[in-house]
Amino acid sequence: MKYKGFIIAMLSHIAFILIWQATVMLAEVPSYIFPSPIETFNELGESAYNWWRHIWATSLEIFGGYILAVIVGITFAVLFIWMPILNSALMPLLVTLNMVPKVAMAPLFIIWFSYGIIPNMIIAFSICFFPIVLTTYRGLIEVEPELINLVKALKANRWQIFIKIQLPSSLPYLFSGMKVAAVLAVAGAVVGEFIASDKGLGNFLLIQQNALNTPAMMMALALISLIGMLLYGLVMLLEYFFITRKGISNE
Amino acid sequence: MNKQKSKPFVRLDSVEKVFNINGKEFLAVKDVSLNIMEGDLVSIVGPSGCGKSTILSMVAGLFEPSAGTIEIENELQPFRPGKDIGMVFQKPLLLKWRTIFDNVLLPAEILGLPVNESRERVHDLLNMVGLSEFKNAYPQQLSGGMQQRASIARALIHDPSLILMDEPFGALDALTRERMNLELLRIWKESGKTILFVTHGIQEAVFLGSQVAVMTSSPARMADQFKIDLPGPRNLDIKTTKEFGEYTRRIYKLLGMS
Repeated sequence: MKYKGFIIAMLSHIAFILIWQATVMLAEVPSYIFPSPIETFNELGESAYNWWRHIWATSLEIFGGYILAVIVGITFAVLFIWMPILNSALMPLLVTLNMVPKVAMAPLFIIWFSYGIIPNMIIAFSICFFPIVLTTYRGLIEVEPELINLVKALKANRWQIFIKIQLPSSLPYLFSGMKVAAVLAVAGAVVGEFIASDKGLGNFLLIQQNALNTPAMMMALALISLIGMLLYGLVMLLEYFFITRKGISNE
Repeated sequence: MNKQKSKPFVRLDSVEKVFNINGKEFLAVKDVSLNIMEGDLVSIVGPSGCGKSTILSMVAGLFEPSAGTIEIENELQPFRPGKDIGMVFQKPLLLKWRTIFDNVLLPAEILGLPVNESRERVHDLLNMVGLSEFKNAYPQQLSGGMQQRASIARALIHDPSLILMDEPFGALDALTRERMNLELLRIWKESGKTILFVTHGIQEAVFLGSQVAVMTSSPARMADQFKIDLPGPRNLDIKTTKEFGEYTRRIYKLLGMS
């Protein structure tokens, strides 16, 4: 019974691919317009495409930018609750900066950091950072005050209050921010590759577009999505371990 | 052994508390004096929002009184803040991410008590409150009454000499509440702790208290304080006795309700 939902979900994915294949075949759509799944997957066998090199570059940008955003984001949130003055000064500034579309800043990043893995990582980081800082900060301040009183009556110090109460109780918030950021990280890295890069799946997409090689483009898209799913899945796994398993409702 | 109880363990002397809410002064507690002897279970009863909880918070050292003094100590009981206070609130306030076992252990961790001994104590306490089977469960998997029993065990883990209870059974249904009252009396007798029990239930206050302090509302003032002397053991039957009725009537009268 436990796997029923999982099986149904698998079936809907398989059905989606089958309908796609059938539609393309029956309507006789040329593959440069819309390739079938089989034509798309066949592209994986083309060794000249150097898939691993591109997968590696894009993954590095996504995971690198994401992990950096998680570390820096949590650090900022913690500093904000410890130093309210820092919060009053920097939080509005962050909100303003967040209004600047990061994607539109990509050309600037290229000027500042040249092109390659690092600037794309920074673009992914800049998109992920804000949701993480914001949700973590909210999680840290929205602790039930009675819980704090409980440990204050035991003369807990600030570090104990933080590590035993505030941090664990902020985790549901942190994870909701991390899930939003996981999706954004993928978009950030690929946009960076669109603008300037010599490798990565986004770069590959553009090159194949010039050749009107639609099946290879579709395959690149599928691989980008897979990397995104891998990241999202890892975050869900952590969330399961820390939150869901214990029956904590996720706000 | 005959314990000397010459001096009260907890002394509140003309305690007053003023809160500043949006620039306005609000007198929450006025001129409250109360003596609690070691080993007593003192009920503080009064209407909701009369400042009972404020008194408890001040005894717990969460904030200072605006005037008057609170002293906790006698010749037999030197008082160590933090270590010597166990608190139980209206909400169980268990940490959702910790098992029942680890929740009970929390005060020992914060106070840095020896780990092995504390773990032993958790087992004993969970036995005492009847939750041994649920030690690996998470709080949200238990009923409200069970959660509250876990929070009582948590209040006892560091062996405090003074236990402060703030309407601990207020959120429970009537039957569970009665059961918890009996349980608390048993725990009190077994542990010999001094307990300060805040409630708005008049029956509950009389049933549990060896002493009752009656407070009236806004600002909280002490209306009267007296000893409860009931004939026979404290079981549910005692509630039907004449004496029990007289004590409750006396409190209703003090609260201007009869």
